[in-house]
Amino acid sequence: MVAEIGHFSLWLALAVAVCQVLLPGVGFHKDDERLRAVAVPAAQAQLLLALISFGALTWVFWVSDFSVRVVAENSHTLKPALYKITGVWANHEGSMLLWVTILALAGWAVATFGRSLNERLRTRVLSVQALIGIGFYVFLLVASNPFERLLPAPGEGNGLNPLLQDPGLAFHPPMLYLGYVGLSVTFSFAVAALLENQVNPEWARRMRPWVLAAWAALTGGLALGSWWAYYELGWGGWWFWDPVENAALMPWLAATALLHSTLVLEKRDALRNWTVLLAVLAFSLSMLGTFIVRSGLLTSVHSFAVDPERGIFILVLLALYIGGALTLYAWRAGTVEAGATFAATSREGSLVINNLLLAAILGTVFLGTLYPMALEAVAGEKISVGAPYFNATFRPLMVPVAALMAVGPFLPWRKAAGGRRVARRLALPALLALLSALTVYAFADTRGAWALLGVGLAVWLAASIFADIARQVRLGHGGPRLVWGRLIRQPRAMFGMWLAHLGVAVSIFGATASGAWESEVMTTVEPGQPVSVGPYTFTLDSIMPVAGPNYTAIEGRFDVRKDDNLVVSVRPQSRTYTEPPMETTEAGIAPLWAGDIYAVLGKPDGQGRWQVRLHWKPFMPWVWYGAALMMLGGAVSMLDRRRSRVALMQPHQLAAEAAEQKLPLAAE
Amino acid sequence: MKAKHQRLVLVGLAALAVSGAAALGFSALDDTMTYFYSPTDVLDKGVSPGQPIRLGGLVETGSVRHEADGLTLAFTVTDTAHSVPVRYRGLVPDLFREGQGVVAEGTFDAAGVFVAQSLLAKHDEKYMPPEVADSIKRAGEWRPQTQAGS
Amino acid sequence: MSLGRKLLVGLPVLVLLALVAVFFLRLDRGGQPMIPPSALIGKPAPQFDLAGYDAEHPGLSDADLRQGGVTLVNVFASWCAPCIAELPQLKALAEQHGVTIHAIAWKDKPEAMAQVFAEYGNPFRRIGLDNNGRAAIAWGISGVPETFVVRGDGTVVYRHLGDIRPEHIPALLETIKKAQQQ
Repeated sequence: MVAEIGHFSLWLALAVAVCQVLLPGVGFHKDDERLRAVAVPAAQAQLLLALISFGALTWVFWVSDFSVRVVAENSHTLKPALYKITGVWANHEGSMLLWVTILALAGWAVATFGRSLNERLRTRVLSVQALIGIGFYVFLLVASNPFERLLPAPGEGNGLNPLLQDPGLAFHPPMLYLGYVGLSVTFSFAVAALLENQVNPEWARRMRPWVLAAWAALTGGLALGSWWAYYELGWGGWWFWDPVENAALMPWLAATALLHSTLVLEKRDALRNWTVLLAVLAFSLSMLGTFIVRSGLLTSVHSFAVDPERGIFILVLLALYIGGALTLYAWRAGTVEAGATFAATSREGSLVINNLLLAAILGTVFLGTLYPMALEAVAGEKISVGAPYFNATFRPLMVPVAALMAVGPFLPWRKAAGGRRVARRLALPALLALLSALTVYAFADTRGAWALLGVGLAVWLAASIFADIARQVRLGHGGPRLVWGRLIRQPRAMFGMWLAHLGVAVSIFGATASGAWESEVMTTVEPGQPVSVGPYTFTLDSIMPVAGPNYTAIEGRFDVRKDDNLVVSVRPQSRTYTEPPMETTEAGIAPLWAGDIYAVLGKPDGQGRWQVRLHWKPFMPWVWYGAALMMLGGAVSMLDRRRSRVALMQPHQLAAEAAEQKLPLAAE
Repeated sequence: MKAKHQRLVLVGLAALAVSGAAALGFSALDDTMTYFYSPTDVLDKGVSPGQPIRLGGLVETGSVRHEADGLTLAFTVTDTAHSVPVRYRGLVPDLFREGQGVVAEGTFDAAGVFVAQSLLAKHDEKYMPPEVADSIKRAGEWRPQTQAGS
Repeated sequence: MSLGRKLLVGLPVLVLLALVAVFFLRLDRGGQPMIPPSALIGKPAPQFDLAGYDAEHPGLSDADLRQGGVTLVNVFASWCAPCIAELPQLKALAEQHGVTIHAIAWKDKPEAMAQVFAEYGNPFRRIGLDNNGRAAIAWGISGVPETFVVRGDGTVVYRHLGDIRPEHIPALLETIKKAQQQ
């Protein structure tokens, strides 16, 4: 019964979404505000119905109702309770239901928090949002119904792929989808602005919090995914340039560019066309990512079921939505009035260069991900493009991005920078960067150019942020209390930027250091035999069978010592799950402050020894600390109160405010 | 600067960025992409030693041997028509089995043995890399079957 | 708008069209599940010897597969949905076409099996209880259900992955007929 309620709810949600498109559409045609007003309650009703549907699916998973096909195929009574719940989206149908539920959530958020938006624009946004919803509701109901019954009901389910029974992966899809689908709002904003001819600074300011929210969630989703790959696949890496990873990276790159181009549009009324295009592209790439993963088109470590019919269905949706939006763009771009002009060495100039570089990175990732597919479709050649390609393209383009990030905040809006002043401010960070690179050159074993560059850039960026903070609080002018007062009066957007940029510095440092100074030893050991890895000595203490709730495992215990002092013990496992039958590797990881101890247990060699792979990865956790800082920065920036206030203020109030606490409007 | 000029400069910069990225991308592609070979392809086309390729096929039943160091694995990869000897030093992926599909990335040494840097055996036991499936289909008799679930 | 500008703003749409075409080509030719052929095909069935389920259904060993006459070996579990779904098809094979079907019950409990058989019937001649899953490993199965066609001399000639659906029956009978003639 619960499954039927969920199924029926989904049909109702589709009906509501259709009303949400049609009635306001008539309202625009007849210029009837009451009809247009339907969009708000419709969006709210849609969320309620989608939640009922999602709740129903969660319930049948929770009670292990195996008469529902997806439950029988993906769950099992022995499964730990947490994974019964996360199992809801660990399969195709459920994950698509999660997708539309988040889509409805995004529509509801616009309806509820977008009160101060221009009414026509808001209605357009909600209609586009519902239009996207319709396609995916139909896809669910027609091609992947999560509530399909299975008769006769089996007594037990098939179980869930053990690789997915993992906390990292359990929360990776919802996070990633929040980001993916959060970008649907920017897509709707872009289409609405094109329809209403409202591409202007006001529009950019309204859209920015949504971009920030989606960007922060995407950052989190990417970080969780890479963290999962790091400890669950046991290959010792954290980013494989795998097509599925790239599918999630591309919208992130587009969203990052959009984040910065909305700033230029908001503050300087430039880059109108470009910003609209990016807003469309960001969500298009999200849908492309969904399509790539869901259609089984690309062979990857993450591929779900291969189902060409579903693939065709999503492809058609993709073509309609993206094609429609891009056609609208091509048709309307000429009518978008050109914005203001600016100097190349101003703040906005640096943001434009940032956008060009990010677009170039996006282009190379796009090429590397899709070229093999295109070549096979056209010429039947089978090639693979892996990490070497992405290292050769991504790194050289990332260097100027990181270098410029440090300089950008010191440049004034609107006018060309006084070169000397900026140089003076950045002298200390430059010196620190140089010193750290030299230190690395002098003392580290690895002297690769990339290692030096990476460390130098990370220090350069971090130091420049502190230099910027010092400048904003006028350090040295007045006592500590005065300075502190100035610091806490900084706008939240400022804190957001500092945190996010610092996060990038931390991640660059972590990625560089862990790659350059990793020690890896692969060998066979017997219990009691010490192996030295970097500064540590690993000793296999014991090999024990252990039993988990739905698996049995062989667990090795390694005692890790430094100078004969026990630092930590790690317990890598080789697990054998019963339902479904599968072996998985669980790396034993101990995150220390300065890096990760990482051990993987292999197979016995038949002579009492075990194959092992042992790593010392200096500063590895910094990659994720950096991602956490970026997320935090996005969240803080989103909560900048001035966004809502500025719009409601009168001009003379603005001037007073600006004088009081240096609004960026009048910054510098 | 006039607005018109500035837009020209912007478009020029954008064009430069696009063409630069494209040039970088395609030259990197040329240098780094690896082609997929089945054992039959290796014999037909020939692969020069040291050229990185991906070799795919089935792990021939009964061919897997562990060498004395306990870490090196020797086996042959077959597409049911021809087979190629492979050596791999490292931890064996969980799903590496005799009779199952595998994709090895690496190079041939002078003796004609394929030295694999990595072995790709997939998450899903029912899965076979499509390249492998294709090459086996080309090499011999194999009818695709339907599968449960998914 | 100048022509150059028109091309520029229209470019994204053109790129998209090209992409959709590529995807379509890919999807069109793909779509078969990628399943490796069994390593057992053409080889004698692996050695195994399993205890029986009850007096009517004695155990199963590789010797039972070399008694002349083609047999089907079905790897089965009462907790697996597709296994139950294919029981009617197996019954039809056994009753209407006289095919001998043996089961390897994979990590299963006799009481659970009894329930399933009571409800959906029991098409099996012999049932071997593979309590520790060893026999299934020897057969190289990658999941349940799987069905093998074994020739009278004990040679495995065909493996069917997943449940046998009504539309598979003709091809399966064809395979069995061929095996009988060899």
